[in-house]
Amino acid sequence: MWRPDWDVFIEMVQVLLQKPLRTGLSGLGVGWGLFMIIITIGSANGLQNGVSQDLGDMAKNSMFMWTQSTSMAYKGFQRGRPIDLTIADVEYLAANSQTLEAVAPQNQLGGWRGSNNVTRGLKTGAFTVFGEFPEQQLIEARPLKEGRHLNDRDIDDKRKIAVIGERVRDILFTKQEDAIGGSIRINGVNFTVVGVFTSMRSGEDAEEDLQSIRIPFTAFNQAFHQGDDVGWLCLLFNEEVHADSAAAEIMSVLKARLSIHPDDNRAFGHWTVAREFEEIQSVFSAIRWVSFVFGGLALLAGIIGIMNIMLITVRERTNELGIRRALGATPGVVVRQIMGETLLLTTLFGLMGAILGVGTIEGINALLDSMPDMQGGSFRNPQVSIDIVLQSLLTMVVMGALAGILPAFRAVSIRPVEAIRTE
Amino acid sequence: MSAGYLAAVIALKSIRKAYQTGSQSLTVLKGIDCTIEKGELVAIMGSSGSGKSTLLNVLGLLDDFDAGTYVLNGQNMDGLSEKAAARYRSEFLGFVFQSFNLISYKSALENVALPLYYQGVPRKERQASAMAFLSKVGLADWAEHLPNQLSGGQKQRVAIARALIANPSVILADEPTGALDSVTSDEVMALLKEINKEGITIVVVTHENEIANQCDRIIRLKDGRIEGSNG
Ligand SMILES: Nc1ncnc2c1ncn2[C@@H]1O[C@H](COP(=O)(O)OP(=O)(O)OP(=O)(O)O)[C@@H](O)[C@H]1O
Ligand SMILES: [Mg+2]
Repeated sequence: MWRPDWDVFIEMVQVLLQKPLRTGLSGLGVGWGLFMIIITIGSANGLQNGVSQDLGDMAKNSMFMWTQSTSMAYKGFQRGRPIDLTIADVEYLAANSQTLEAVAPQNQLGGWRGSNNVTRGLKTGAFTVFGEFPEQQLIEARPLKEGRHLNDRDIDDKRKIAVIGERVRDILFTKQEDAIGGSIRINGVNFTVVGVFTSMRSGEDAEEDLQSIRIPFTAFNQAFHQGDDVGWLCLLFNEEVHADSAAAEIMSVLKARLSIHPDDNRAFGHWTVAREFEEIQSVFSAIRWVSFVFGGLALLAGIIGIMNIMLITVRERTNELGIRRALGATPGVVVRQIMGETLLLTTLFGLMGAILGVGTIEGINALLDSMPDMQGGSFRNPQVSIDIVLQSLLTMVVMGALAGILPAFRAVSIRPVEAIRTE
Repeated sequence: MSAGYLAAVIALKSIRKAYQTGSQSLTVLKGIDCTIEKGELVAIMGSSGSGKSTLLNVLGLLDDFDAGTYVLNGQNMDGLSEKAAARYRSEFLGFVFQSFNLISYKSALENVALPLYYQGVPRKERQASAMAFLSKVGLADWAEHLPNQLSGGQKQRVAIARALIANPSVILADEPTGALDSVTSDEVMALLKEINKEGITIVVVTHENEIANQCDRIIRLKDGRIEGSNG
């Protein structure tokens, strides 16, 4: 005798429109809850994307390693012995490590924002100069703008050539000049530019990249009198191996060669991208979790508000509901009507909150995209995945249904006579 | 049981009803026996508090009773579920109240159409039918008006149209003219009589002799019992 169709919907809309202000205010709570969930999760994702971008171009299985001093006496050596690495040590490591896949020793000259060390004619600049191997590209890729990267011949022949960052080119060369083939003077030694690169990183890291100069490791050591010394190592390890065990294995090989106590944790320092990622990941999953909880609480508050409003509404409409019962509405129909109204209210405003939230996030996205200067920040590309949105909407619908139960049963617990008598 | 008992639209036997207020029990109906034949126009009279509304609500399946039998249209109404009661109300009964009981945010037309909504009649059909009944009570031009834009007499005519729309066998009216002036009361009563002439049984609770005297029969309630009937 009763079938759900458009009519049911029209009935419910009519009821909700009857008190638009109240409907709006009670719906606001739910809308706000959903809006909050989506905004906070979106921002957390944005922050995570920003931070991940800072590491973005580095291979997941890469590792950096440098030497420090020993902290344990071993094989007749005192503790506190400074450790130095040479090319021979690196070759030994490459030959003996099980997990190592590539190793790229690096040396550095000049520092970030140091004194002017590079000149070209009358132009000067302070740049970081790295001596490195072609393998460096495997660990942190720097896309070429023009020319070429370092290659093995450059290493073998100790060629005095340089691949420079875009900023370096902009400072040392005029717009009309071709950087490739140009000559620059690093600490008094001439190098020929063979390539210009850009950075995949963001923020200060990108700045740093773009103001650096890369020259063959061998040429570096010769020109700047470093002998066979190695500043630090950039390494790639087997992807199958966990970062921590790979690091331990690699260091144990070097410890054995350099007579360092196997348990000495201070002789080498190291840093792995994977480890960094894990930490970021766990921080952000915590942030997301917290935002879900707080958003959920906001949603819960909204739902309780709706339940309250519906209870008040049912009380106010006692007479109307009695009339409906007298005119043939079964208790089931009344329950469905009240539940339907509650659900409609929550869904309508929840959807509005969700749409507004997603819209806001997309707006921020568009704003960030339109401001290249802002690209640098650690906040980038905030986003919510569709399943987070759906999940929140589903939660809201379920809670809306729960919120409707009490008012609905309150509505049918009143006998038709009593309902009609009120007035 | 007599043949008349079976032919009756309404047949009550020893209906008893008491209200529980706290530990107190107030017996309002102390054994009501009566039958109302198809097509009758019956008035129920009695002093205030004599149980008229209680009896009408029992007849309307809006309230339950403690003992006795109630047969409506040949079907026993004892121990009905709320759902079944709603179905019988929708199928057999129309209501007219003293306070009109129109839904305030619905137009006259929508109010009249509401019983058909609960019978699952499609919107278009419902509205056409509601329009026809509004015309019947002379309010076609007021179809889109809200109840608070109507006079008392007009509201009651809307309520009567609403009571009629589902083609009930009985219309139960609790002091339908109680809130109206005498001229309007006469109009409403004339309308009820006209409807009664078309074969619909009508039971009217009233205080007014002028109203009661226009009925076929008067049932007088006193102290929870039927005092006497004439007709
Ligand atoms: N829900 C209730 N709970 C307790 N007592 C009730 C209830 N409804 C009615 N009564 C009592 O039952 C008695 C009959 O009430 P009823 O409404 O049937 O009287 P009535 O004849 O319609 O009176 P009136 O002419 O004033 O409308 C009254 O004494 C009333 O106080
Ligand atoms: Mg009464």
